[in-house]
Amino acid sequence: MATVIEKDRTAALKNFSADPNEPTWLSELRREAFLEFSERGYPTVRQEDWKYTNVAPVIAGLTVGFGRNGHGALKAPSPDERRLLEQFNFQRNGFTAENLSRGDFVSIVIEGEKGEPFELNSHVDDGSAIFPHHLITVKSGATATLIETYTSSASSFTNAAVQIVVEDNARLTHYRVQKESADAFHYGVNEVTLGRDATYNSTNINLGGRLSRHDIEVKFTDEGGEAWVDGLYMLNGTQHADTHSIIDHRVPNCTSHQTYKGVLNDKSRAVFNGKVFVRSNAHGTDAQQQNKNLLLSNEARVDTKPQLEIFNDDVKCSHGATVGQLEEEELFYLLTRGLPETLARNLLTYGFAEEIINKIGVEKIKAELDNAVLHRLATVL
Amino acid sequence: MNSHFLWDSVAKRFMLLEVKDLHAGIDGKEILKGLNLRVRTGEVHAIMGPNGSGKSTLSKVLAGHPSYEVISGEVLYEGKNLLELEPDERAREGLFMAFQYPVEVPGVSNSQFLRLAYNEKMKHLGREELDPLEFNDYLKEKAKVVDMDPQFFKRSVNEGFSGGEKKRNEILQMAVLEPKLAILDETDSGLDIDALRIVAEGVNTLRSEDNAIVLVTHYQRLLNFIIPDQVHVLADGKIVKEGGKELAIELEEKGYDWVKSAGR
Repeated sequence: MATVIEKDRTAALKNFSADPNEPTWLSELRREAFLEFSERGYPTVRQEDWKYTNVAPVIAGLTVGFGRNGHGALKAPSPDERRLLEQFNFQRNGFTAENLSRGDFVSIVIEGEKGEPFELNSHVDDGSAIFPHHLITVKSGATATLIETYTSSASSFTNAAVQIVVEDNARLTHYRVQKESADAFHYGVNEVTLGRDATYNSTNINLGGRLSRHDIEVKFTDEGGEAWVDGLYMLNGTQHADTHSIIDHRVPNCTSHQTYKGVLNDKSRAVFNGKVFVRSNAHGTDAQQQNKNLLLSNEARVDTKPQLEIFNDDVKCSHGATVGQLEEEELFYLLTRGLPETLARNLLTYGFAEEIINKIGVEKIKAELDNAVLHRLATVL
Repeated sequence: MNSHFLWDSVAKRFMLLEVKDLHAGIDGKEILKGLNLRVRTGEVHAIMGPNGSGKSTLSKVLAGHPSYEVISGEVLYEGKNLLELEPDERAREGLFMAFQYPVEVPGVSNSQFLRLAYNEKMKHLGREELDPLEFNDYLKEKAKVVDMDPQFFKRSVNEGFSGGEKKRNEILQMAVLEPKLAILDETDSGLDIDALRIVAEGVNTLRSEDNAIVLVTHYQRLLNFIIPDQVHVLADGKIVKEGGKELAIELEEKGYDWVKSAGR
């Protein structure tokens, strides 16, 4: 059962409960978000950013108990954590409002050089809903790797948020792996800000979910920042995956790279919408963006829209999108080496996906994804 | 055809490939116009010809490229109709083509690719397949044939390889797959003299009484390093002149116009 949307504020507030363990300002913030969610509900296809992704039937079809809370208190949040939470754009859509109102908060503050990756695993059981909200602060000069993994069993609902601050001269490598069940609903948002000479290198893998939507927003707030915002969606059956990304060059001399790849089989469907903004003062920007899609079936479909909005002349920007099938010459080459056609096609598809997976520097995660991709292709290497 | 007829008891050699009056082309255009060729085990043949004579078409038709169509004629491989086999079946039966422009396969490592190809062939032959560790040892041994650094095994197939490295990789594949009939399509093109020597030495190492090699080339240069038993000159889709290795030298001196006029 989906959450009942109450148009009446007073009635809605009956469903909200403050947490005695949290500071008043947080209760207030969550309450505000709760009201926002109660008024707006989930997004509909009438909204431009959601026109290809209709969440209503999928959410209505879930047999999930939402409960009243799903909320985990953030005990004694620091001023930095408070600032971060107050900056969260919960008005982005109904999901972000719902997430903040119920957020199960986890905060990690990273200092110095961390060799071992931080792992945040969010698992949701059949018939349940979760609202993880991660706050990640990489302090000045620190270096770290973060692995976020989302898994679920059968029919489930995930509404996740991660807020990341990469401070001056800090470096974060971020792997986000969504491999929920094919019956799950998944919404996630990443809000990332980069300080001076900060580096953020992210790889976003989307394999699961009946319907998944991932919103990414990366903002440069000082000069010299560099970001990689790469991803892979690999879908089959009637899966639907939607990625909306915004890379915001608000300051001069920052660099962004974005490669998103899609592999679509059966009747699956993907949406990629990538906006790159180069503001008027952001001279010296270098922004590259590409979205490449491989359609393995005539019934699969992708709607891709890379968008560059540039308000400064002294920039180097490029973008592009492709939607296609396997290259015939590549296929012929593999056939002439004696590989049967199905294996040859699978190997080329694997290679297409591997370009993203090979970026992953944590062997355990990379091997798992290798296997997941091969499993999808019903191939053994 | 009964294999009895394929055995040349005088030369003690099997007829491996017989091309009979082959007419073939692409996009409705006839390029091969009645080509005949006979290749026995233990032989090295050179097919020479100017640009547009049909050399590449011959290679592609033999390998089974889907864009090329056979109009008429016959191609027998070990006495069986080659043209009714799919490209991968031809490969598993022991036919190999080294590409003029080897294709890059991003994301797939050379060793993965070669092991898959090797094991498919072993499966076909009913022999034992090799696991990654066993195959690695096998591959290291084979890499010596073309003096290839094992670093190349981990890299994606041909991705970011220089022209010479790609050609060496083709010969490495040949070494791994041990074909009965290898067609080397313009393997000398784009190679400097050192790379050419390595590639040629590799081919000479692989040359045996049990296999045959067809060199398709524009230039005589390669034939200084790999000495052919027979040279066939192709012009306008037909073999217009045949001879021993001296023919290649004569051709280099006199140019292709000489044979083109001889062919008419």
